[in-house]
Amino acid sequence: MLSPATHTLAQILDSRPSTIHPTSLDIVMSTITVKVEFGGGLELLFSNQRSHRVALPARVPVSYSNPFSPPSAAGAEQGIQNSEDAPKKPVDLSYLIFWLRDNLLKERAELFIENGTVRPGILVLVNDADWELEGEGEYQLKDGDEIVFISTLHGG
Amino acid sequence: MPPRTCALCNDARAILKRPKTGQQICKECFFYVFETEVHNTIIEARLFKRGDRVAIGASGGKDSTVLAHVMKTLNERYDYGLELFLLSIDEGITGYRDDSLETVKRNQQQYDMPLKILSYDELYGWTMDAIVSQVGKKNNCTFCGVFRRQALDRGAAILNVDHIVTGHNADDIAETVLMNIMRGDIARLGRCTSICTQGEDTIKRSKPFKYAYEKEIVMYAYFKKLDYFSTECIYSPDAYRGHARAFLKDLEAARPSAIIDIIHSGEAFEIKEDVKATQKNQQTCKRCGYMSSNELCKACTLLEGLERGMAHAAVTDRARKKLDAEGPAPENLRQIPLFRLPASLQAHSNGETGVR
Repeated sequence: MLSPATHTLAQILDSRPSTIHPTSLDIVMSTITVKVEFGGGLELLFSNQRSHRVALPARVPVSYSNPFSPPSAAGAEQGIQNSEDAPKKPVDLSYLIFWLRDNLLKERAELFIENGTVRPGILVLVNDADWELEGEGEYQLKDGDEIVFISTLHGG
Repeated sequence: MPPRTCALCNDARAILKRPKTGQQICKECFFYVFETEVHNTIIEARLFKRGDRVAIGASGGKDSTVLAHVMKTLNERYDYGLELFLLSIDEGITGYRDDSLETVKRNQQQYDMPLKILSYDELYGWTMDAIVSQVGKKNNCTFCGVFRRQALDRGAAILNVDHIVTGHNADDIAETVLMNIMRGDIARLGRCTSICTQGEDTIKRSKPFKYAYEKEIVMYAYFKKLDYFSTECIYSPDAYRGHARAFLKDLEAARPSAIIDIIHSGEAFEIKEDVKATQKNQQTCKRCGYMSSNELCKACTLLEGLERGMAHAAVTDRARKKLDAEGPAPENLRQIPLFRLPASLQAHSNGETGVR
């Protein structure tokens, strides 16, 4: 017996006209997934969970990670986040920092972000290298990147 | 951005920008320079001699965990000939120290070093939980600081070691310099940058990480995958130090050499002889035999306040006068066990007084 609900995604894609295929590929490429880890006590601000997988849009509004216009304020005032024609850039580490604050952080944002970047005393590693070698907030994230945030401010 | 190669070996991928020098170095070179700099600090300050029994003050936190690892590594690599011990103080803080002591117990296995845990409860009859329930969260750090200092010395005496090394790092020392300046505590300013403090017949304390940046200590722990515990003490941390620390981190972000520069400034102050002279002469506490600048040591005074239900007595001079006005300490007052120096120091100080 064939149930109409057993179509796989591949079958659906196969049944569609071939001209649509590039669009479905675009969808695949339009988000990237990165692994985020917290350590040194920072995990306490993120539901006490050390490891997270985060899916992000591959291109993001330029203004979102602008240190001088926090997204909550800028987004509300100018509606930039919803605007399709807002200028975009490839997703970078500073976008991730704001995204983490707005989506995963559970308490005391001031212990994570200060003046548009991570608070001094928080170390950041990109694929196991000091982010100071990778351009800090301007580092462009790639699918599969591993980003580690470690607080140095806790206990001796 | 293309991967950068190590400035030292010109071969492997750089993984760290050193805050002290700005150099970009690879993992193996980082381990090597970090360990070698600590070794150089130890050699230049002549901290140890062959056969020394040395206790590592271990809290389970990042600094002391890295210190235990590096001390073990260097002792083997350079054949210092030291006997190393782990010494931990259990302040009796539920949900904080009990967890971090589990880390120290794992370190004992990992580093194959004997471990001694001494608790406030067995020494003073009071846990920090009990103290906080009586004095509140405001002044409890005073109790904890005084009690820990004495507990470490007593633990060292039990282990029969005459030298304690602690994980204080460059950031900690720079913070202390700033705090002493802001408080106008010139006598302490003169002392706080010394790598080693030792009186004639006291247990030596030293800081092999005096020039090690916190950033590098944390990176070392991360890349070596060391097992450490990181939670803030649940009884509000020292707020004043917190401000100094945040300020220092801001300075470091703007100019990484700030930390070493502040230590250098602290060292460069020359303390006038008449300021030094105001420091009281050391004597021994008439109640417990511990080193003291008064008849009663600070721990005995604090303990008496707790036992008599007047815990603020030793925190303020006014309260101390009130305590004295209540009359002498009762006969049955709980006392801290008599302090005895390690055998090696007793022989040492006897010998010295004998000769001179």
